[in-house]
Amino acid sequence: MPVKTLTIDGKPVSAVEGQTVLEAAQDAGISIPTLCHLDGVSDVGACRLCLVEVAGVSRLLPACVTKVTEEMEVRTESERLKRYRRMILELLFAERNHVCAVCVSNGRCELQNLAVAQGMDHVRFAYRFPPYEVDITHRMFGMDHNRCVLCSRCVRVCWFIEGAATKNVAGRGADARIITDLSQPWGESETCTSCGKCVQACPTGAKFHKGSTVAEMERDRSRLEYIVTAREKKQWIV
Amino acid sequence: MDLADLLEIKEKELRTRKPIRLRCCLAAGCVSSNGQAVKESLDKAVQEAGLADEVEVRQVGCMRLCCEGPLVAVDPAGILYQKVAPEDAASIVAALKGGETQVKRGDLNHPFFTKQMSIVLENSGEIDPERIESYIAADGYQALNDALVEMKPKEVIDAILQSGLRGRGGAGYPTGLKWATVAKMQGSKKYVICNADEGDPGAFMDRSVLESDPHRLLEGMAIAAYAVGADQGFIYVRAEYPLAISRLHTAIKQAKQHGLLGSGVLEAAFTFNVEIRIGAGAFVCGEETALMASIEGERGTPRPRPPFPAERGLYAGPTLINNVETLANVPSIVRKGADWFAGIGTEKSKGTKVFALAGKITNTGLIEVPMGTSLRTIVEEMGAGAPDGNQVKAVQTGGPSGGCLPASQLDTPVDYESLQQLGSIMGSGGMIVMDQTTNMVDVARFFMEFCMDESCGKCTPCRAGTVQLHALLDRILRRQATARDLELLEELCDLVKHTSLCGLGQTAPNPVLSTLRFFRNEYLELLQPEIGAPAAFGTPPKPDVNPTG
Ligand SMILES: Cc1cc2nc3c(=O)[nH]c(=O)nc-3n(C[C@H](O)[C@H](O)[C@H](O)COP(=O)(O)O)c2cc1C
Ligand code: SF4
Ligand code: FES
Repeated sequence: MPVKTLTIDGKPVSAVEGQTVLEAAQDAGISIPTLCHLDGVSDVGACRLCLVEVAGVSRLLPACVTKVTEEMEVRTESERLKRYRRMILELLFAERNHVCAVCVSNGRCELQNLAVAQGMDHVRFAYRFPPYEVDITHRMFGMDHNRCVLCSRCVRVCWFIEGAATKNVAGRGADARIITDLSQPWGESETCTSCGKCVQACPTGAKFHKGSTVAEMERDRSRLEYIVTAREKKQWIV
Repeated sequence: MDLADLLEIKEKELRTRKPIRLRCCLAAGCVSSNGQAVKESLDKAVQEAGLADEVEVRQVGCMRLCCEGPLVAVDPAGILYQKVAPEDAASIVAALKGGETQVKRGDLNHPFFTKQMSIVLENSGEIDPERIESYIAADGYQALNDALVEMKPKEVIDAILQSGLRGRGGAGYPTGLKWATVAKMQGSKKYVICNADEGDPGAFMDRSVLESDPHRLLEGMAIAAYAVGADQGFIYVRAEYPLAISRLHTAIKQAKQHGLLGSGVLEAAFTFNVEIRIGAGAFVCGEETALMASIEGERGTPRPRPPFPAERGLYAGPTLINNVETLANVPSIVRKGADWFAGIGTEKSKGTKVFALAGKITNTGLIEVPMGTSLRTIVEEMGAGAPDGNQVKAVQTGGPSGGCLPASQLDTPVDYESLQQLGSIMGSGGMIVMDQTTNMVDVARFFMEFCMDESCGKCTPCRAGTVQLHALLDRILRRQATARDLELLEELCDLVKHTSLCGLGQTAPNPVLSTLRFFRNEYLELLQPEIGAPAAFGTPPKPDVNPTG
């Protein structure tokens, strides 16, 4: 396997050709903030939190979809990147109704953790307070659109790991939303296999197990890892 | 079909041409002002006057001065009648034989016409867009024949490279380089796509080309396909252009019947088929990766590049995607030579550019000018300035991705680099003129509202950022904003510009940034003084810089 050598934050790193900057960084123990990325499903480069600086490239590049190249010099931390990341988080918090105090994922939420890690301690933008619904028609799961960050992770696990293609994105711009089948109540879906992968994939409290209350929603990502490892490495985790 | 057949069609067409021709514009602009009825009554008037053997009433495409439509031109007399009503038909026909007519005549010696230079629009307003013979009579499809018979694909690419042609879809990427990249890609199935989505508000250049000269586009696409080794083409055109779509369908059918599309084009070992795909009018579907997703039947959202379409495009095959106007230049370059084309325009911007001139300007319509023509020539001479004695205040180019240049910058030549340096872009060719009654903050809000509505919603900075930018602009316009809001506005522009996934978000702040650059005062005038916020919630009030003053 051809190897590429590069530096990330000054640290020499070797990576396999075809790996992304994010993977190379993770292997080297360097953390880059991500939200739309989920190990095991294809990346879409949508949240823009993983943007990094690469020497000689004027644009910022999303680490999750940028392939390593020989002698690449990557910077994952700078004042500018920190400012951008905080602002992107501010935009997400202002966009829908993220009320941590009453959220099932309080304390275990990726959005919340990102805000803490990036030092986003206040929101300067006007909260939009959009009127969103909660879909609790499914027997086991619920979907609270107020807490959705449109990372599309649920859609991708549903399509590419479960293969059910139940979840999708509809609408445009700020009206974009996650739908079930042809925008039906989740409970009426004939394609949903109730596998629960979307619930495991969700970074916030938007998708949850029914019956969980504030801060009770625990996710078990190992379930996804189990399948992804089986598929990609052809081995079962025992 | 080969060259001899082409020449025979041409010769027959010219031989049977009637001595007097009435050209009626039936492109969308004139159709919307009742041009169809004008043509029909002219037909009838010619019959009634018993002149059917002498006079041809021909439907043609855009004759440029759309604001004065319906337009009727008379050959060979060289008259342009304006705002023609169906009732005028009899007098116009009578005037052919020395009679009188009161119908308003256009001044063909006005700079609006004389400063134009037609390459892309050379047949527009001249030929009948629904008859392939009409195009062939204007030397149509000869360039394709030249390419297929006399040139290797590489030579075609070299010609395009040498001509200096750059993409007219907005970004101005060198067309020859793009072709060369696709040509050298491995892969048995390659595609050529024509981007006819034209979603900028106020822009109608591409529509005019499609409605006025559809075969020119097909010929350009076929030459491109031959050069890069593709056998399948798609034209992605928005559903809002029904006339363009219908003329394209007609043109494709005729080209197939004449052996100019399909297998064995012009009896050469070259196969090329073209299909039309109709977009549902989403601006973002003009972005190349979203457009390809849309053709594939997916949701029209952009994806990160690389991989670029040239490497991995439609159905994962190497794909060439060019704008309508870019492709429409190709037959002329092949026919007249790269050097001829490279001799027009400026050092880095070659050829001509078509603009849709609109807004607060006396002459609205379609113009094609050599690159490097100054904005002043376009606005003051050709467009004859703002109507009703108003002053031109600013010129907007590039639509929602572009910027507003103030009247003081009117001497700027239109070329890619000059416009970009001033914070605007060439864009696809919309040019909107504003007079002193226009509030520039309002203009910025208008374009931001457009971007906000058209954002696909995939990436955070564009989806949520345009909403907040719009809210901030709105706040400023309602006189509720303070200096701190303005600061936030600028910070957010910086974010959206540098972190969005695709060109829509990356350029959405441009109208705000350029109005801030040239009309900052208009923003400042609307700001309110900061209310003494409790120190705990905001920054503590700054001590006065000059306590005595
Ligand atoms: C939001 C957005 C909208 C676009 N719309 C159009 C369009 O309507 N027509 C077009 O030709 N190019 C459009 N483009 C540019 C295309 O992505 C692409 O660059 C172009 O079709 C390439 O052709 P060219 O090299 O001939 O200019 C758009 C780009 C963006 C980011
Ligand atoms: S910049 Fe806007 S239009 Fe482009 S991908 Fe992001 S949300 Fe969609
Ligand atoms: S993790 Fe890379 S863009 Fe979201």
